Amino acid sequence: MHDRTDPHPPATHWGGGVSPVGTGWRKLMMWWFIITDGLLFAGFLAAYGFLRLAAGSWPERAQMFHLEFIALMTFTLITSSATMATAVGAAQLGNRKLALRFLLLTLLGGTAFLLMQAYEWSTLITAGATLTQNPWGPPAFGACFFLITGFHGTHVLTGLIILAITAVRTARGITQAEGIEMAGLYWHFVDLVWVFIFTLFYLV
Amino acid sequence: MNAALAPPPSAPTPSETPTHYLNASYGFRSWLLTLDHKRIALLYLASITLFFFIGGFYAVLVRLELVTPAGDLMSAENYNTAFTLHGVVMIFFFLIPSIPAVLGNFLIPIMIGARDLAFPKLNLLSWYIYMVGGMVAAYALFTGGVDTGWTLYAPYSSTYSNSNVTATAIAAFITGFSSILTGLNFVVTIHKMRAPGLTWFRLPLFVWAHYATSVIQVLGTPVLAITLVLLILERSFGFGFFDPARGGDPVLFQHLFWFYSHPAVYIMILPSMGVISELVTCFSRKKVFGYGFIAMSSVAIAVLGFLVWGHHMFVSGQSVYAGMVFSILSFMVGIPSAIKVFNWTATMYKGSISYSTPMIYAFGFIGLFTIGGLTGLFLANLGLDIHLHDTYFVVAHFHYIMVGGAVMGYLGGIHYWWPKMTGRLYPEGWARFSALVLFVGFNLTFFPQFLLGYMGMPRRYHAYPEEFQVLNVMSSAGASILGVGYLIPMIYLFWSMRYGRLAPENPWGAKGLEWTTPSPPTTFNFDETPVVTEEAYEYVKEEKH
Repeated sequence: MHDRTDPHPPATHWGGGVSPVGTGWRKLMMWWFIITDGLLFAGFLAAYGFLRLAAGSWPERAQMFHLEFIALMTFTLITSSATMATAVGAAQLGNRKLALRFLLLTLLGGTAFLLMQAYEWSTLITAGATLTQNPWGPPAFGACFFLITGFHGTHVLTGLIILAITAVRTARGITQAEGIEMAGLYWHFVDLVWVFIFTLFYLV
Repeated sequence: MNAALAPPPSAPTPSETPTHYLNASYGFRSWLLTLDHKRIALLYLASITLFFFIGGFYAVLVRLELVTPAGDLMSAENYNTAFTLHGVVMIFFFLIPSIPAVLGNFLIPIMIGARDLAFPKLNLLSWYIYMVGGMVAAYALFTGGVDTGWTLYAPYSSTYSNSNVTATAIAAFITGFSSILTGLNFVVTIHKMRAPGLTWFRLPLFVWAHYATSVIQVLGTPVLAITLVLLILERSFGFGFFDPARGGDPVLFQHLFWFYSHPAVYIMILPSMGVISELVTCFSRKKVFGYGFIAMSSVAIAVLGFLVWGHHMFVSGQSVYAGMVFSILSFMVGIPSAIKVFNWTATMYKGSISYSTPMIYAFGFIGLFTIGGLTGLFLANLGLDIHLHDTYFVVAHFHYIMVGGAVMGYLGGIHYWWPKMTGRLYPEGWARFSALVLFVGFNLTFFPQFLLGYMGMPRRYHAYPEEFQVLNVMSSAGASILGVGYLIPMIYLFWSMRYGRLAPENPWGAKGLEWTTPSPPTTFNFDETPVVTEEAYEYVKEEKH
């Protein structure tokens, strides 16, 4: 969309300093984007908490979920955060090959998580839970559960797409360390949100 | 729309006319695909003006209906639709984008010495998102409208209303993302693109106000988005969030809605306060009094704004103790607001004041905002609110803030920077006249509503007892004057784009980087990145002649 004849591409003339928070404008944008995205989840989770407190009864977790399986899902996702951090570290040291390898491992972990979530959903749906009904109690639980985990799953999927693009561009030597770090920020954010979902839906 | 945006035909011969952002290129493509923040600002200006008049049309219907006590002009349902569309259009499509998207877009990069915002494509995208939202709103409007009030309270909106709630919610949802993108862009730009030497405490107060506003947009708007998603899902697919029969709770809607929509009030008023800070110091020829206090009070308002949403719900059945906390916090918002008013008046004290049009708007703002703010304290009072809740007192209060405050500031800013935006001066006599007409018309419209509300007239009814008629007729008469007050600037501002006198670089003798660029500025604002070496508003007081 940018006018090719334009001799001065906008915003490149003065790129700004890195004061006060020691980041360039791209990375700062990623941080602010994460904040605003976090508020989306905050709104959803606050609504879930409100409904749960307002409801007279709430379904018994042990009846609905296999907590060992959920723990494995969580472990997989958190491990992928660790591999992501390693990829970022390797990229910062200039080791492109190692960074690429760990990016691929992260992709693998994220994909495994999504597949496990699909299995988890299908188990619940088979048992009769849908968006508007819930065999174990208030229908609002079904709506909240599928909406929020689905919204998170969409974020994981988006993260996987970003990671795949980053991996391809890293292999070709286009993406530099800052790009991998930004993809990493997003991925850690997605994992962190899962920790809250895991706590609020499965543990508490 | 395009006719309004066509660049004014330049004076004598092309060789004598310097190239600037308006004549750098021509044609539809050069506007619709532009990445220039100044052109995008003008795109916004044209679109929000259109929505302002659509929203104004519904206000006319409301005021016409209320001239007589009987509900004779339209049915109760049509009246509900009229005031709802007035609210939805004015808030989501005019007030929220008004100053940030037009003046902020145009001025922030220039004020901080940058060539553009940090993300020019994102900026253009936010305009397109706004327009898509606007079209969905127009669809909702032409296919029967919506009758829930702009607050879209469940369960009426989620279960019972037969009007176009879903389309309206989708429109507000989409437009919200335009607001988020603008906010993100501004925050990053203000952090990162400031010219060398332009430290945080040298920034114009206009920029500080926009920083605070952008933070609210980034933090608040996502919550509105999910509220609307929940509403749409419940209404369209029967999910249970707000319906107790399905395990939901209607009060949840109010919590989520006001968590955004109360801060949204500050999205509308803070930029206007930023404009007033610029106007007051420029036309008093005096350094602004208490720079740090004004800057920090913007931030304080943004923070406190997130903690007071429950004051809309004093009668909703929330706990009395929660109500008490919300009441105290709401009173506290008065402190930073008062700090601003005191600092503006202290800036004027012993200043060399000139009564130019923008300054008349600033006077209007300060007076009306003070009335609006003080009546807000009445409503923050737990006991008094039970009497005043959902009466015309509330309507008058928020119109003093939204119209007397936000719109006065917007018009003051448009006049102040008009020479910079178009390179032309507007006719001063007409401008002063219309500012006075607006002030008189505004007070005549809304002051009687305070009295009506105190006497107990509820809002949102198309018929009322006869004893309220005199005050209602006064209000409707005032609204006609107000309408004239809006039409006059429309006419002379359009006129001045073509026939106004050519504006010099700095027609007001103002400080600030934007006044060091030509009028209108070139596409990239500055040939060389400026280096800032002095504090903000270093006005030297002139002796009066």
